[in-house]
Amino acid sequence: MNTALDTASVDVATAGDSRPSRRLSRVLDRHPRLQLAGLLSGPALWLVVLYLGSLAALFVTSFYRLNEDATGITEELGVSNYHELLTTSVYRDIVLRTIAIAALVTVIDIVLALPIAFFIAKIARQRVRTLLITAVLVPLWGSYLVKAFAWRAILGSPGGVLDKTFGASPGYGVPAVVIVLAYLWLPYMIVPIYAGLDRLPDSLLEASNDLGAGFWLTFRSVVIPMLVPAIVAGSVFTFSLSMGDYIAVALVGGPTQMIGSVVYANFASNLPFAAAFATVPVLVMVLYLLGVRRTGALENL
Amino acid sequence: MRTTRIAARCGVAVALLLSACGSSNSSSPGGAAPTKLGDGEGSLKIIAWAGYAENGSTDPKVNWVSAFEKDSGCKVDVKVGNTSDEMFQLMQTGEYDGVSASGDASVRLIDAGLVAPVNTALVPHYADLSAFLKDQTYNTSGGKNYGIPHGWGANYLMYNTDVVKTVPDSWGVVFDKASPYKGKVTAYDAPIYIADAALYLKSAKPDLGIKDPYSLTQKQFDAAVAILKDQRTVIGEYWSNYAVSQTAFEQGSIVLGTTWQVIANLAQGNGAKVATVLPKEGATGWSDTWMVSSKAKHPNCMYKWMDYVTSPEVQAQVAYYFGEAPANPNACALIADDPKHCDVFKATDAAFNKGISFWATPRKKCLDGSGDNCVPFSEWIKAWTEIKG
Repeated sequence: MNTALDTASVDVATAGDSRPSRRLSRVLDRHPRLQLAGLLSGPALWLVVLYLGSLAALFVTSFYRLNEDATGITEELGVSNYHELLTTSVYRDIVLRTIAIAALVTVIDIVLALPIAFFIAKIARQRVRTLLITAVLVPLWGSYLVKAFAWRAILGSPGGVLDKTFGASPGYGVPAVVIVLAYLWLPYMIVPIYAGLDRLPDSLLEASNDLGAGFWLTFRSVVIPMLVPAIVAGSVFTFSLSMGDYIAVALVGGPTQMIGSVVYANFASNLPFAAAFATVPVLVMVLYLLGVRRTGALENL
Repeated sequence: MRTTRIAARCGVAVALLLSACGSSNSSSPGGAAPTKLGDGEGSLKIIAWAGYAENGSTDPKVNWVSAFEKDSGCKVDVKVGNTSDEMFQLMQTGEYDGVSASGDASVRLIDAGLVAPVNTALVPHYADLSAFLKDQTYNTSGGKNYGIPHGWGANYLMYNTDVVKTVPDSWGVVFDKASPYKGKVTAYDAPIYIADAALYLKSAKPDLGIKDPYSLTQKQFDAAVAILKDQRTVIGEYWSNYAVSQTAFEQGSIVLGTTWQVIANLAQGNGAKVATVLPKEGATGWSDTWMVSSKAKHPNCMYKWMDYVTSPEVQAQVAYYFGEAPANPNACALIADDPKHCDVFKATDAAFNKGISFWATPRKKCLDGSGDNCVPFSEWIKAWTEIKG
């Protein structure tokens, strides 16, 4: 009985033109551009207002300055923050230190991710493969903060897990920051490299083998060149995430300052300067991406 | 949940753009104090130092917020502030009804118009508070009271009794670049810590002529920065989060450095071999004030809270838990766990109170009236990043 009623009502709706939703869908059907606008305006609004808008606010703020007694912000445009950034040696040291840490983390992640991804994609059987991919991704479900705190407990010297078990630990400092960041971002390197290897036809490896190349020669002259776009994609993640980190460095960095820690500290005390300093990693990443684009790696993604 | 967080962030972004609006030309910043109170608004959002507004989440046995919620009907949302700079920044968002501000935030909060004058007549327990805490520069401006005193105390020197065998009697041990505890020394991670170095120099290098560690000439300031750069070479870790500092002392990766008594109490409670001492140079310290935001959405609940938190019963709990001198001396008789608490913290000793260099925001017009050419706080902030390197 209900079904009959429903069918009847649908018939009425299709025939009649009174309902506004019907009228709207007919208008949209006739104007595909309107349809597209309706579909994209939400995401576009998000991108322009919230994403680019906040970047613009950041940029504008960086030209203000803190008043002398630190009671408020003087809204006169000027470049005093940038002048200070460029003329004080400590900020240059911090920028260089941050770039070095991010580069080292990226290299370590590439070296670790290559064999892991190769094993998963080319050697492991289907069931093991699924299991390993899950194992790589599961840590991403855990809170970043919890993992950083766990490393704090592991690396402490004295009193940390490493110290108690092996009698030695790097303690808190730059090496600890590199270790923890390399651990945190490793999945972001494994996943793109695995995807790249998955696309690499096995026949290429076999052909290389038939032509007499050993494992290393095949790896160096067939696998690696084809993996460059995947490695670059992974490095964009590991490098940019390391550039912006301030939590890991606060927990295991000892007194070490990175760009993120200075921005975080100044966010509370000197907002315009924090904004000015925050444009540095943006600039570094833009340069990095431009460099990557020149290699042509981005087109192959 | 997520949308509220995004909305809060947008609020911050807007606040950044508009943040100078607060300082108006009117004679009393922050508007006028209320003359009478209405009913509670049902909720309250406050910024507090760790240990000031405990609701049982740190330790189930430590809880005085729940009783307030039951009596007043105001549900309390507590945001712990780690440093005065963080509190000042949080107050700029306009999201909070009040704050437990130390002197290095309170004056800035008043000057920026972020807090409103307080009608002390609406806080009955105000009458009982120690007289030497009333009408001080850090809670009063232009003859108007801007808050209710909460409690006060010194920043102590904490040390690991297993490692540091002789009880340190001078702050010199934390500024010694040839320290035997290299890599295991800690310091408070905030620009205001420069005053600790200045306080040490005040007696260690009398020819610098430092009188007030918050009113420094450029030469005195540079000398303080220089010994802090020496100190940087022996620092294992700076701390601003009390829980992080506590675990560092507990596991022994830090054995010496400045602390709050509450951190020592928590570490001792977990079995750590630590003790605190007040060195011969004296100490910097804090004298905290509950202040009402000039944009408070729940002012009635805030007034109820200020009266509740200064009642002898609650003051006894806070003072014992945090390790400080209560503002209300009537609390002293109620601290059953330690009847000598107020003697230890010299809670009623006005002379001792005057001897502590309480946190204050340095400004160009010297706080101690010694001139118009002191190093302002904006320079302290910059120097702090450079010291850490």
